[in-house]
Parts: sequence; structure tokens; C-alpha cells
Amino acid sequence: MVVTTTWYLVLAAVLFSMGSVGLLTRRNPLVMFMCVELMLNAVNLTFVSLGADLGDLGGQLSVFFVLVVAAAEVVVGLAVIVAIMRRRPGATADDLSVLGG
Amino acid sequence: MLAVATPEVLWWALLPVLFLSVGGLLLLTVASLVRRLPDWLPQAWTVVTGLAVLVACVPMWCEVRDEGPRTTLAGSVAVDGSTVLVTAVLAAVVVAVALLARPYLRREDLPGVEVYVLLMLSAAGGVVMASADDLIVLFLGLEILSIAVYVLAALHLRRIESQEGAMKYFVLGAFASAFLLYGMALVYGATGSTRLALVAEHLSATVLVDDSMLLAGIALLLVGLAFKVAAVPFHAWTPDVYQGSPTPVVAWMAAGVKAAGFAAMVRVLVTSLGTHASDWAPPVGVLAVASVLVGAVVAVLQTDVRRMLAYSSVAHAGFLLLGVQAADADGTAAVYAYLVVYALLATGSFAVLTVMGGDGDAAHHLDDYRGLARRRPVLAGAFTLLLLGQAGVPFTGGFVAKLGVLAAAVADRGYWVAGLAMLGAAAAAFVYLRILVSMYLEDPDAEAADGSTGPAVPLGARVVIGVACAGVLFVGLVPGPLLDLARDAVPVLVGS
Repeated sequence: MVVTTTWYLVLAAVLFSMGSVGLLTRRNPLVMFMCVELMLNAVNLTFVSLGADLGDLGGQLSVFFVLVVAAAEVVVGLAVIVAIMRRRPGATADDLSVLGG
Repeated sequence: MLAVATPEVLWWALLPVLFLSVGGLLLLTVASLVRRLPDWLPQAWTVVTGLAVLVACVPMWCEVRDEGPRTTLAGSVAVDGSTVLVTAVLAAVVVAVALLARPYLRREDLPGVEVYVLLMLSAAGGVVMASADDLIVLFLGLEILSIAVYVLAALHLRRIESQEGAMKYFVLGAFASAFLLYGMALVYGATGSTRLALVAEHLSATVLVDDSMLLAGIALLLVGLAFKVAAVPFHAWTPDVYQGSPTPVVAWMAAGVKAAGFAAMVRVLVTSLGTHASDWAPPVGVLAVASVLVGAVVAVLQTDVRRMLAYSSVAHAGFLLLGVQAADADGTAAVYAYLVVYALLATGSFAVLTVMGGDGDAAHHLDDYRGLARRRPVLAGAFTLLLLGQAGVPFTGGFVAKLGVLAAAVADRGYWVAGLAMLGAAAAAFVYLRILVSMYLEDPDAEAADGSTGPAVPLGARVVIGVACAGVLFVGLVPGPLLDLARDAVPVLVGS
């Protein structure tokens, strides 16, 4: 059996869906961050396989930018979590309910 | 030695980004080296940087107008009217927020440098985003803008609401970014390039046999962008974040982030994917109508003025989308005119809210505005003008802006969309009326009545509110210059 680009794209789509469903349903902030990472890396996989399919370097180049952005994003997210945990040890996403939404 | 081909760089076109990013980093470095920085220095530095960007925009505008639009850095950064106009708007909002921030920080007893640094860096990201001619550059600009704003939202150390709002903003923002990026990857796969000019070229030159990947990409792009500009049904974060964040920061979120988001949206959808407008324009029209109606109706149910204005900003996003879904030059010009007017209205309104917040940034209930006209007639008058502008009353800038997008929608035969949006505008007027009634017709609370004159208005806030009111009135009475400006700002794709 030949593994074609489509396989990779489908795998990426599955990973992306798992990430987005996880982000919406999980309560632990750290697991939510892992889900964001999963989504971004699913996109990376899409970029790489499409780039290889097109014979174009742009797709692989994009991955570097995405990796840096993902790292920066998590740093900020962790900082916000630390700020919240200092005030309320053991908080989960459900405890963030001071605001009306 | 191997010669590396370096792309041609138009340095003058990159001056705004350089000013803002170098200005921000310089301030950060100096502030971390010097033990005690004078209180006024970070603010003055930010204001000077913002004004320098504004000044740099003038020759850029003339150059673009005379020599035509162009692209630089190997086709990744556009230099056209759109870039310059949005850059100028962002720089003006940076100056305004810097003026509001210092008295706010002193009142709330917060450390004073980070706000300015993050504000400038965020604005640099906004400029990159507005001028991106490449999807990856757009993503980078968006993230530079957003990550700085996540931190800004969490900046009030003693209000748990501030951190909570930041957390919600962060999670949903990251979610939206991932969708946007996935959309970019699929558009790249369908067209073979991330450069907007090449995407447009490919789409107009070839007929795709199977365009499912392109359509999925466009849909995901749309979801990501709609999150960023807070359109219904992707608006859930807006009221919480606006309520939780420090009020001067909200001014930046409302005016700055929205301007950059719509500039990017117009460039990607209308300019680059314009050949497929029949695919994306109807969903955008639905988003527009939903935003206007939901924003207006839910705003009526709120009692916190910040949440009211958050929902009204959702309604404004709907009107802006109305211009986008027209998918032509007129609609785009109307969007830019609306963005300028909305920047004035939003910064002015949130400047009033900053002043009204009082100690702890907590006095934002509708009852806190009772009898404001008796206690602070000038402030109440200015807020009245800004609210009337938001409602789109004739002889204010808001009317000109709303008329523009509605006319664009009607010219595009979007009668239903335009009609429903008018209905939403009428419902939204009720929200602003509620605040006005509270200010003028209700008596102040007993404690507020005995002798207290209401909150003090610092000089910076006076300047911001004054300029915003003057701008709103000027555009309302003499709309010609702004409309000409907006028409010249319609983005153009330049192939290399």
C-alpha cells in the first residue's frame, strides 16, 4: 500500500479535530495548552506534506515561524496561569467565573 | 564565497514598524537597566514614537499616491494606501492610549513601563498585519499583536477579573489562530503559494477541478478572522475581556486590534480571494447581520457599561463586515472610512470609561452614570456626542460611516442584509439612549449628590476625549476629506 499525501492530510485533520475538541471540553488549563499545541502541530504537518507534494520550500519554511509563535504563545499563557494560581491555588477553567459570560 | 540573493528593501516603507518595535524594545531595555525611571518618561517616549510614526506616514502617503502602490521584501509586505492609512490609525490610537494610561496607572498604583512597551510592540504587530502581502507574514503580525494584548489584558495585578479575562482571551485567541493557520495551510495547498499576489494570480488563471481544499481553507480563514474581529457567533470572549481588562487597554482592543483585523481581512478576502467572492460573501453577510442584531439586542440586557460597549463593538464589527461582503472597491473604501470613525468613537468612549471607573476600575455600573450631567456637564456632553456617534445619528461621523457601508451593501444588491442591519442599528440606538437617560434624567445617588462633583478628569483624558469629539463632529459635518482618503486607501495587489 502506498502512503500518499492524502494520508498525511487526513492524519493532520484528525489531530486538529482532537486538539480543538480537547480545548473545548478539558478543564485543566495545562491540558488546554497541550491541545493548542496539538492543533498547531497538525497544521505544521499539513504545511509540510502539502509543501512536499507541491515541491515547494515555502510549506516547510512556514513550520519554523509557527514553532516560534507557538513557543511564545505558551510562555504568555503559562504566565497568565501562574498569575491566576497565585491567587487561587488549584483553579480549573470552571473556577474562572467572576465575569458574567 | 557564495552570493546570497537578498531581496530589495524599501526602508522608508518599513519605518513605522521599525519605530514602534525599536521604540518598544529600547524602552524595555532602558527600564530594566535604570533603577528608577521618572514617571513621565515612558509615556512621553510612547507619545513621541506614536507621533513619529504619524509624521512618517505623510511622505509615505504622498509617495504611494504619486508613484503607485508597490510591494517590498520579496513580495511579503505591501506598501499601498491601505497600509499607510491603517498604520496612521494605529499610531494615533497608541498615542491616545498612552495619554490615558499614565493617570490610570497612578490611580490604580500599578507598575508603569510594561503597558507602554507592550502597547508599542502590539502596534508593531498590527502594522505588520495590516501590510502583510503574504499569509505567513499576516500570521506573524497577528500573533505579535495578539500575544502582547493577552499580557496587556492581564496587567491589572489586583483584579482577578483582569487575569480571568486574559485567560479567556488567550484560550479563544489561540484557538482562533490555529483555525486561521489551518486555513492558510489549505489555501497554500490549493494554490501553491502563500503570497497573496500569487494566490490571486493562480486563482484567476486556472479553474480548479476540485476546489474543496480551497473552500475549506477559506472557511477556516473566515472563522479565524471572525474570532479576531469579534463577529457573532465568535464573539463570546468580547464582553468578558472588555469587562476584565484595564480600561485604557480596552480602548486599544476596540480601536487598534479591530482596525488591524479588518485591514487584514479586506486584503485577504476582497483583494486576494476576490475571484471567489461568490463563495465567501454570503457567509460574511450572514456573520454581518448576526453580529449587528445579536450585538444590539444583547447590549440592551446589560447593566455594566463596559459590557454594553463590548456588545456594541460586536454590532460595529457587523457593520464593518457589511462593507466587506460587498466585495468591491466601494465596500472596501466604506470599511476604511468606518474604521477611522470607529477608532475615534472607541478611543473617546473608553477614555470616558477610564475616567468614570474610579478607584479600582470598578464603577462601571449603569447606576454610576446617574445624574452625571449635573455633576460633570462637560464630560457628560462629550460622552453624549460619542454615544450619538456610535448610534449613527446624522451630523456625527457615525452616520457617515454607517451610510457608507449600507450604501455599499445596497449597491451590491444586498437588500436583505442592509435592511436587517438597519433594524439592528435602530435597536442599538436604544442602548445608547439608556446610558443617556441615566446621565441626564435620573437623579444622582444620595452619596454622590452631597457635594461630590464626580471623578476628576486628568489632562491626558481631556485631550483624548476632546480630539475624539472634534474628529467625530468634523467627519459628520465635512465628510468629503475622509471619504476621499478612504477611496485612495483601497488595497492593491502588486505582482513582483
